[in-house]
Amino acid sequence: MIKKSTNWPVTILIALGSLLILFPLYMTIAIALKNPEEMAQSIFSLPTGLHFENFSNAIKATNFFNALGNSTVITITTVVFILLTNSMVAYAIARNMKRRFFKVLYFYFISAMFIPFQIIMLPVVKVTTDLHMNNIVGIIILYVVYGLAFNVFVYTGYIRSIPYELEEAATVDGASTFGTFWKIIFPLLAPVSATIGILSCLSTWNDFMLPLILLGEDSYTLPLVQYVFQGQFSTDFNLAFASYLLALTPMLIVYLFAQKWIISGLTSGSIK
Amino acid sequence: MAKRRVAFYLMTIPALLLFFAFHTFPAIQGIYYSFTNWDGFSDSFDYVGFKNFVNIFQDENVLNSYLFTFKYAIITTILINVISLLIALGLNAKIKAKNFFRGVYFLPNILSVLIVGFIFNYLFANVFPIWGAKLGSEFLSQNILGNSDWAWIGIVIVAVWQGIAYNTILYLAGLQTIPHDLYEASNLDGASRWREFWSITFPMLASFFTINMVLAMKGGLMVFDQIVALTGGGPGRSTQSIAHLIYTGGFQGGEFAYQSANAVIYFIVIVVISALQLKFLQKREMDL
Repeated sequence: MIKKSTNWPVTILIALGSLLILFPLYMTIAIALKNPEEMAQSIFSLPTGLHFENFSNAIKATNFFNALGNSTVITITTVVFILLTNSMVAYAIARNMKRRFFKVLYFYFISAMFIPFQIIMLPVVKVTTDLHMNNIVGIIILYVVYGLAFNVFVYTGYIRSIPYELEEAATVDGASTFGTFWKIIFPLLAPVSATIGILSCLSTWNDFMLPLILLGEDSYTLPLVQYVFQGQFSTDFNLAFASYLLALTPMLIVYLFAQKWIISGLTSGSIK
Repeated sequence: MAKRRVAFYLMTIPALLLFFAFHTFPAIQGIYYSFTNWDGFSDSFDYVGFKNFVNIFQDENVLNSYLFTFKYAIITTILINVISLLIALGLNAKIKAKNFFRGVYFLPNILSVLIVGFIFNYLFANVFPIWGAKLGSEFLSQNILGNSDWAWIGIVIVAVWQGIAYNTILYLAGLQTIPHDLYEASNLDGASRWREFWSITFPMLASFFTINMVLAMKGGLMVFDQIVALTGGGPGRSTQSIAHLIYTGGFQGGEFAYQSANAVIYFIVIVVISALQLKFLQKREMDL
C-alpha cells in the first residue's frame, strides 16, 4: 500500500465548505448575545457585552422549561417504547416468515413507509380528538405505532441474520418465547437498536407537524413553541434568536458529547 | 409448540390493532371523506361522488402547488445528491482533522428543520442583502423570499444546507465499503482519477445512490416545515407546497373533504414516483 501524504487542496476545500455550514450557527449565537444597539453597528461582529437578559426574557416569553420538559418526556418515552415493542414485533415476524399471517403483516407494516403523513393527517386529528388522545400520551402512542413501518423493516432484516441455535438451546432449557426474546435476542439487537434509537430520538425531538395538529398550549414542544411565539418575536430579533438557540442547545450538547457514537451508529445501520 | 405460537401472536396482534386504528383506519376515513362535502366541523355533510376530484383537476391553486412541489423536489434532490457525494469524496480523502469536519457536516441533521428555517428567514431578510448591496447588485440586495419568482430558490438553499448532512454520511459509509485493492489495481493500470470515479467509485455506490435519491425525493415532495418557517406559502401562493395546501385548506379553510381528495391524489402520485424511481434505479444497479 502506498502511503499518501495529506491532500491539502481537498483539506482546504472541505474547510471552506464547513464555513458555510457553521456561518448560520455563528450568526445565531452572535445575534442571541447582542442588543439592538450592537446590531445596528454591525450584524456580523462578535457581541461586545454578553446580553444574557435575552435568554431570561426568552425563557419567560416562551415558557421554555415547560416546553423542554414536554419535549424530553415525549422523546425519551417514545424511544424507549419503540426499542422495546417494535423489536418484539419484528422478532415474531422474522421467526415466522413462512406463515402467511406474519408475512402479510410484514408487508402491511412496511408498505406504510410509502404513505406520506399528510394523507392521514386530517382524519388522524378527528380520531385522536374523539378518543381524547390529543395530548402527550396520545402523541407518544402515535409515534411508537408509526415507527413500526420503518423499524420492523430494519429489525426484521437484522434478526433474520441471527442463527436459530441460540434460541433452541434456550427453549430446551425451558425458557418461554417472551423469555427467549428478552434474555437472548434483545441484547443481540444492541447495534441496530442504537441506530433506530438515534433516528427516532432525532425525528421525535425535531418533529413539528404532529405536535402542531395535536397538542394544546400546556403540552407545546420546543419547535412548536418557536412557531407559536413568532408574532412576539417579529420586532425583537435578539429575543427570537436567544429562543432559537435555547431550543437548539439540548440537542447540540448531546451531539457534542456523543457525536462519534451517533455518526457511527447511523452509518453501521445504513450499511446493514 | 402451540404455546410458542400463541406467544408469537400475542407479540404482534396488539401492534396490528393499534396500527390499523391509527394509520389504516384514518387512511380509509380520508378516502371516505374525499367523496363528501364535509367542511371539518359541521354536524352534517352529503355524499358528492367524484365532484371533489373533478374540481381539483381544474383548481389553479392545486395545480400551482404541484408545479412548485415538483420543481422544488427535483432541484433539491439533484443538488443534495451531487453536493453530498462531493463532500463525501472529500471527507474520504486523506485530509487533516477528518473527524472534526465529519462532525461539522453532519451537524445540520440534528437541528430542527423549523428552527433552521426561522434562522435563515432572518438571514435572507437582513444579512444576505447586505452582501448583495456590497456587490452592487440590486437583485442580490433584496430579500429573495419576498420575490414571488425567486422565493423558491431560498427554500431550496435551506433544504440543501440541511439535507446534505444525512446523505453525505450515507455516501461516506458507502465509500468505506469499496475494497481498496480496486483502486490499487486501477493505479497500476494508470487510470486517471476521473476514469477511476466513473468506473469504480460511482458503480460501487449504486445502492447508496438509489436509497439517497429516493429519500431526498420523498423528503422534497413532502416539504412542509421549511415552507411554514420561510414563506408561509407566499408571496401570493408562489411557494405553497402540496402538504402546506392540504394543511391550510383542510384545517383553516373549511375544505376538509376537498383537501382529503387532494391527499388521495397526492398519495397516488408519491407511490407511483417512488415505485418508478426504485424500478429505474435498481435496474441500473443490475446493469452495472
